[in-house]
Amino acid sequence: MRAMPALLLACAAFSALSLCMGPHGFAPGIVAQALAGEETGRLILIELRLPRLLLGLLVGGTLGLAGATLQGLFRNPLAEPGVIGVSGCAALGAVIAFYTGVSTMLPLGLPLGGVAGALIAIMVLLALASRDPRISTLLLAGVALSALASALTALALNLSPNPYATVEVVFWLLGSLSDRSLEHVFLALPFILAGGALMLACGRGLEALTLGEDTARSLGISIGRLRRLAVIGVAFAVGASVAVTGAIGFVGLIVPHLLRPLVDHRPAPLLLISIPGGACLTLAADIAVRLIGGEVELRLGVATALIGAPFFLYLVLNLARRAP
Amino acid sequence: MSRLAGNNLRLRRGARAILNGIDMLVVTGEVVGLIGPNGAGKTTLLRALASLLPVDAGSVTLDDAGVDTLSATERARRIAYVEQSGTAAWPVSVVDLVGLGRLPHGRGLQRQSAADDAAVLTAMRATGTDALADRSIDTLSSGERSRVLLARALAGRPEILLLDEPVAALDPAQQLAVMELLQRLAGEGMGVIAVLHDLSLASRFCHRLVLMHEGRVLAEGTPDAVLRDEHLARAFAIQPLRGAADGQAFVLPWRRLK
Repeated sequence: MRAMPALLLACAAFSALSLCMGPHGFAPGIVAQALAGEETGRLILIELRLPRLLLGLLVGGTLGLAGATLQGLFRNPLAEPGVIGVSGCAALGAVIAFYTGVSTMLPLGLPLGGVAGALIAIMVLLALASRDPRISTLLLAGVALSALASALTALALNLSPNPYATVEVVFWLLGSLSDRSLEHVFLALPFILAGGALMLACGRGLEALTLGEDTARSLGISIGRLRRLAVIGVAFAVGASVAVTGAIGFVGLIVPHLLRPLVDHRPAPLLLISIPGGACLTLAADIAVRLIGGEVELRLGVATALIGAPFFLYLVLNLARRAP
Repeated sequence: MSRLAGNNLRLRRGARAILNGIDMLVVTGEVVGLIGPNGAGKTTLLRALASLLPVDAGSVTLDDAGVDTLSATERARRIAYVEQSGTAAWPVSVVDLVGLGRLPHGRGLQRQSAADDAAVLTAMRATGTDALADRSIDTLSSGERSRVLLARALAGRPEILLLDEPVAALDPAQQLAVMELLQRLAGEGMGVIAVLHDLSLASRFCHRLVLMHEGRVLAEGTPDAVLRDEHLARAFAIQPLRGAADGQAFVLPWRRLK
């Protein structure tokens, strides 16, 4: 845990930098105006930059923690929140909310659809897992759910009679922290806090799982309870995150992988430091997309995917080389 | 004195009876060797005794109380299990891995106490792994890894130790060292069941042997009583070579029977 103070310091630095960033680059003047009591500056800071920062911290921390939790649970460095189908089903839930008109009837209908999608995904996974308790079954069920969710999302987009709506949904699916309000923060917050607490409670079980399910159970760990804690925790926190920001991929893959050596590869301390780690990476990427600027803002989810996908490939090749 | 017993254990997989009414007992102070050909049900029996596998019928008792009446933590403190060829998911250090054996004694994720550290150090010394303490588990030879996994089980200071092929990956000197250690642990009051394939080690170092064949106990008792020609012929289809050294009889697999 020697890395914790440095990560928290980095988080604070990225947070300060994030508040100084406008949509098209470095614009610290707004902060000075807000501090001087000027109304416009205050509004921009409170209504635009602060929600963006808070969501970056919350969603980034969630993705880092969820990645560390799932990698520990699956004993696999390739596990990622998207893998167990939560992100895909949350996205599908939001798209359905859009289609049924719930999103126009309720201001927060779209995010609520996302949370519902994540919860349904979890119920399906738990029902499957109760028949076959092996973790590999859960992993494969997650892959199948992800595929189903993306197929149904594609179907919905395909059949959409309204091209404007399609474009809006596609952009939302790309994942971004921009144009979110404090309402979004408050909607996601209780789910993220509850889910985060459940994931942090997995530490002891994940440590025991280092040597496999049989050894963990012989050490007095209930694999069923561990799985429920982890899966419901991930569903709550990631479901709410995807619902308000769209899918921001690969943060949960990269962060635990980079931080693992700093905690001697132990799963429990990795959970804790992956929270500031995820927040740092997400804020840094969100600062980068604003620095790059341009006519159309590069979506955060696209940026993380551009970094994350080659990283994923590197990990796979690395694992293949090390395999006996 | 503690006693772990499997009583009339039965388990079917499809049409095949893997455990067909097995009785198995170990008391503290003895090393019991569980022998038998591949597929006889030895690992299944060991996992059932460790409460890792639900059986169709029968019961597992610790000191005459069903193990299912114990909490998972209590059971883990008293019975340790080491699986065959256990692998670590992450390249953790040896000392951290051995420290996992203290989990049933721990209070959440608090730092290990002095008692935990002492138990870990004792276990590493007993298995000759203390010099490896800071090495990463994935840099060890398979023999070193086996001894580290044994140390992990010993760190919990269990009353009963269940070991699935603890010497399978070891060179002859290490095999002798581990068998001597098991005898010493039994002398210090632990009860040990070890799945073994080496008949000479089984005959020399075990107080009792249980010979399994096709889901049943074919013979049970002292090594002399179990390793008879007719038992070895029926279970393994081999004829042994017998000898004696230092006043101890030994048995070597010598010839396959047609």
